[in-house]
Amino acid sequence: MSTKDSQGQLWEVFIQANPGIPHKHAGSVHATDKEMALQNARDLYTRRSEGTSIWVVPSAAIVASAPEDSGMLFDPSNDKPYRHPTFYVMPEGAKNI
Amino acid sequence: MESTNNLEKFQTIIDADTKIEPKDWMPEDYRKHLIRQISQHAHSEVIGMQPEGNWITRAPSLRAKLILLAKIQDEAGHGLYLYSACETLGISREELIDQLHTGKAKYSSIFNYAAITWADIGAIGWLVDGAAIVNQISLQRTSYGPYSRAMIRICKEESFHQRQGYEIMGKLALGTPEQKEMAQDALNRWWWPSLMMFGPHDSDSPHSGKAMTWRIKRESNDVLRQRFIDKTVQQAEVIGLKIPDDKLKWNEAKGVYEHGEINWEEFNQVINGNGPLNKIRLANHISAHENGAWVREAANAYAAKQKKEVLVA
Repeated sequence: MSTKDSQGQLWEVFIQANPGIPHKHAGSVHATDKEMALQNARDLYTRRSEGTSIWVVPSAAIVASAPEDSGMLFDPSNDKPYRHPTFYVMPEGAKNI
Repeated sequence: MESTNNLEKFQTIIDADTKIEPKDWMPEDYRKHLIRQISQHAHSEVIGMQPEGNWITRAPSLRAKLILLAKIQDEAGHGLYLYSACETLGISREELIDQLHTGKAKYSSIFNYAAITWADIGAIGWLVDGAAIVNQISLQRTSYGPYSRAMIRICKEESFHQRQGYEIMGKLALGTPEQKEMAQDALNRWWWPSLMMFGPHDSDSPHSGKAMTWRIKRESNDVLRQRFIDKTVQQAEVIGLKIPDDKLKWNEAKGVYEHGEINWEEFNQVINGNGPLNKIRLANHISAHENGAWVREAANAYAAKQKKEVLVA
């Protein structure tokens, strides 16, 4: 990313749409400090009751996996079928929990 | 490296309709095309606030004023979603603004026309936002993830814009003869520039080829324009206004409206800076940006001071 920017640092915004569900990435905002980031996120992403809670995180603080590693990281582990319930045989007549 | 291997893999991902994300490999031309298109789109949202902002203090009722304020705030938001999407391609906000100010980046030439009566606010919402929606609905399926997500969010918010404009036009069309005339006059002036918003005909569109192969664009300029015409002509009939095109006629066999020729000379003139308000629109943006420099400096100084206090404590 370019460093020549007078527009404040970049923050990622996460919104919880309703109580009890996970915060979900909504987008990003520019701000020079955390209060401004929260205020900007509120103005930009929740004008139509989209959320009940907001997290803002400096984009630079996020550690992300690299696309070229995704083969290794997200191997479907097809050699480990015992991780799935369908691997196991239920005795005749037993009910599922 | 633009090896054939990389390009082939990239095209396979595109053809499978999987989205491309910021850290994925992409051809340099794909990145450039996106920066050009998304930044132009972002600048259009922001410059588009000017013709409407002109009417906030003169809106005919408190209801109309509140609606207009909310709409203009949305346009600012849409600009910000798009700037953020564009920045994921490795260009900074400041560079984007610089490109607008130096003329390297364009914005939709429709915003170089003046909003001279209240009916123009109706026509802008109905026609300009209507045309934008047709384009943006199609762009929700664009291949670049951040752009697609921005489009989905924008489409959710945009349909109120089109409806409020159509409501203004409908009310004027049912009003006094003078009011109806004002609505018709606005339609007469905004109709053709709205059709130009979709860009040149497919046969002369300089950027379309690769954009379609790479699924940045999903449908061609002419297809989108036709969709807009077919929907809008029907809406005009309902409120009793006449589309200013003598050649407009329903083609039963094709199920579409045929329309007259667009004045591409005017289109090129406005794009190249000779529209009614090009200079004023840009000058306003530059002056707002420059007059805001002290705010950015103060905010940065405050942030630096807070950081220092944390270190001392």
